[in-house]
Amino acid sequence: MARYLLKRLGLAVITLFVLSVIIFFTGQVLPGDPGRAILGPFASQAAVTNLDHQLGVDRPLLTQYWTWITGALHGNLGTSYQYRSAVAPMLWAALVNSAKLAAFALILIIPLGILGGVIAALNAGRAPDRVISLTGLSAATVPEFVSGIVVIVIFADGLKVLPSTADAGPGASFDTQLRYLLLPVIPLVFEFFGYIARMARAGTIEALESDYARTATLKGLKRRIVITRHVLRNSLLPTITVIATQVGYLIGGLVVVETLFNYHGVGLLIYDAAINKDFPMLEAGVLTIGAVYLIATLLADVLNTYLNPRLRTGAEQ
Amino acid sequence: MTDILVAPVAKATTGKELPPWRLIARRPAFIIGALILLFWIVCALFGSSFAPHNAYVQQLLATNQPPSAAHWFGTDQLGRDVFSRVLVGARSILLVAPLATLLGTVLGTALGLALGYLGGAVDALVSRLVDAVLAVPAVIIVFLFIVAVGASAVTEIVVIGFIFAPIIARTVRSAVLVESQLDYVPSARLLGERRLQVMFTEILPNVMPTVLVEFTVRLGYAIFAVATLAFLGFGVDPASPNWGSDINANYGVIGAGYWWETLFPALAIASLVIGINLVSDSIERVVTTG
Repeated sequence: MARYLLKRLGLAVITLFVLSVIIFFTGQVLPGDPGRAILGPFASQAAVTNLDHQLGVDRPLLTQYWTWITGALHGNLGTSYQYRSAVAPMLWAALVNSAKLAAFALILIIPLGILGGVIAALNAGRAPDRVISLTGLSAATVPEFVSGIVVIVIFADGLKVLPSTADAGPGASFDTQLRYLLLPVIPLVFEFFGYIARMARAGTIEALESDYARTATLKGLKRRIVITRHVLRNSLLPTITVIATQVGYLIGGLVVVETLFNYHGVGLLIYDAAINKDFPMLEAGVLTIGAVYLIATLLADVLNTYLNPRLRTGAEQ
Repeated sequence: MTDILVAPVAKATTGKELPPWRLIARRPAFIIGALILLFWIVCALFGSSFAPHNAYVQQLLATNQPPSAAHWFGTDQLGRDVFSRVLVGARSILLVAPLATLLGTVLGTALGLALGYLGGAVDALVSRLVDAVLAVPAVIIVFLFIVAVGASAVTEIVVIGFIFAPIIARTVRSAVLVESQLDYVPSARLLGERRLQVMFTEILPNVMPTVLVEFTVRLGYAIFAVATLAFLGFGVDPASPNWGSDINANYGVIGAGYWWETLFPALAIASLVIGINLVSDSIERVVTTG
């Protein structure tokens, strides 16, 4: 088991390295001249050269990458072009905000998704199954800003029951914050309900068709007991993995929702950095999202290994 | 899924198995999805000729008009007819997304064939590359590239295509690995076919169903990505009608009560992605179970 987890960890580190190279290449090499990009087409060449030197972008690429990546490993993510201050503290504050939004979303998504999937599986092939599966699939493929617009039009503009921005202002009470986060959470629930319901459905159907479920039914156990005690315990294992993977995507999907609802999380930070061509901020933001995703996936592996006795005892396969 | 499993099996026992495309065309979900898709394709091709108004003309004396008989979906902040803009707006998204998906599918299929059949060190390298690309939502990676090189239709097509390629390659690769185990592959080699020939004339036709499913699924993602980029303000041309850009331009005035300017383009995007998903889901179910 330890060997398996070490291997996963190693792969995650390599993946993160590849991602960092892609991000660095895109952020540092493709834009051409950062000094020119910041100062605009009418600035003098001397000013551009001077700024390039100040930013350190006139040094060899390998040196630049090395400085950037070793800095990032020490928690120094560089200096923002637009704010002229360190990226890391701003990114951290934004990450905390995003975590709040993501946590609220997950508290709603997980039970709803599992419930939907189990109901669909118990009615496999009949109307409730089709309705849940098709709704989940459609909701997952509609971009977040589309469902966001629809809920804003209905709840904020039409019924006027909820605010259309997510920012409750500084020092707002827990209740107020929740009220402000309710609308932004709905597009996220739409986005992820389908995936989780789909996994829960597949897992439950597999467990229902298994030999042990049949044995339990044939020895006279009530259907309710067969389902709660035998089926669900086994069927939800793959779902846990999916949930952990989705956590990473959830953080990434926040760019749109946070922009639409003007919520100061990591998504809005990335958007803001992109609009202002603030490459150090942008690179750090994207790298962070990648790291969060990989950590979430790794945790899913650990959790899965812990929950699955066949993996825990170290049996092969 | 059980209901779908039953149908083809029952057909097989009668000895009259329908060809896959007939099975697909019989599914109600496919028909609804295809009709939605057809409607938007017609709009993309001929929208400007049957739209009730000119989608570009501003009427500054009739801005922010609510839906009425003259303007079914109302007018926007510049007095342009929202209904006409929605019809004509199908064009930009239906041009960029399918071309990007096609590029990704062609590159990805070639790469997947090479990885699956030839294997080796390149295989391991590309697997890491796919993992790295998948660690960040595609929209964000595309976003990063677009910011770096500037937005244009060609950039969007190339970037989305290149990001899809390794993802599609991975799916094709696993299909190729299954095919390579079958007898006809070594047989073709023994008959003296060269490796490239085996890859493209023997294996490729047999993994085409997988490629087709991948194409339709990725098309849904491409539309998602293109619409989202336009919404985030990275649309290709601000004046031409574009659902995502129109939403971006008008969502600030929802609070003033002008909901029609954003709601209708939003519903257009929703209907298009749902249409594509109904089609791709139908194809996938028939191909994977039949």
